[in-house]
Amino acid sequence: MVPLENYLVLSAVMFSLGVYGVLARRNAVLILMSVELMLNAVSINFVAFAAYLDPDKVLGAIFAVFIITVAAAEVGLALAIVIRLFRNRATSNVDEAASMKW
Amino acid sequence: MEFLVSNFEAILFYLVAALTVAAGVGVIALKNPVHSALSLLSTFLMVAVLFVVRHAEFLAAVQVLVYAGGIMVLFLFVIMLVNVKGVRPDAAFLTRWAPLAIAGGVLIGVLLALLVLLGVLATGTADTSALQSVDGQLAGNTEAVGITLYTTYLVPFEIVSVVLLVAMIAAIIFGRRDVALERPDGEARP
Repeated sequence: MVPLENYLVLSAVMFSLGVYGVLARRNAVLILMSVELMLNAVSINFVAFAAYLDPDKVLGAIFAVFIITVAAAEVGLALAIVIRLFRNRATSNVDEAASMKW
Repeated sequence: MEFLVSNFEAILFYLVAALTVAAGVGVIALKNPVHSALSLLSTFLMVAVLFVVRHAEFLAAVQVLVYAGGIMVLFLFVIMLVNVKGVRPDAAFLTRWAPLAIAGGVLIGVLLALLVLLGVLATGTADTSALQSVDGQLAGNTEAVGITLYTTYLVPFEIVSVVLLVAMIAAIIFGRRDVALERPDGEARP
């Protein structure tokens, strides 16, 4: 059996990649993709911890199902906003949508 | 072969973990948004494999259906709609990446053949370690998830369905062409 630490390290690496993508990318669609990376890292964490704490229960899978559902809702809504932004500003670059910044 | 059989889970984990990280780097590093999306797709599939390794088979199926099926299509749609400049057809792309694609296909074929071979080689009683116990009785993973989700976690389940409904309505309203969300100065849209 693979030790729990390996899953945690993998999850941390994926989460860090997602954080880097959110901070460094400027296209809104690519930022959303990086958010998906982070959510997947969290799902891995849930499943790994649940399997090691109590292999008979499926609580990790339940939480991961909720994560996937909320991620689907978030992506649908966020991409609708991106399309609306593109229609109004002809850009999907988050730097250029700065009218609420002061 | 004995080494492979006894260490199958570890070998699979390290292989898949390496591929997951490689695909994740691709998501944040590739220039073309479509390539990033395809990299993200392979990340999703690799994470699904990890779920299977950890005996969360239902979650792996959901991951493939919802993430790799639904969310990925949504991403690609929006990239095509929004980011037309970045999505130039690249003739050199196919020839450049063909060896890698062939290598990936061969790798998957070898892995599947290995799985079948392990199944043939495996002897003894049925493996019940994949079964979960719910209310004191053994059940398959999907059954266990279903029972737990619809009894203990019924309220969160209903709440999350309302979340989906709200997101759907909001997305439809945002996506409509002419509603009161237009710019107030009446400037012509591009």
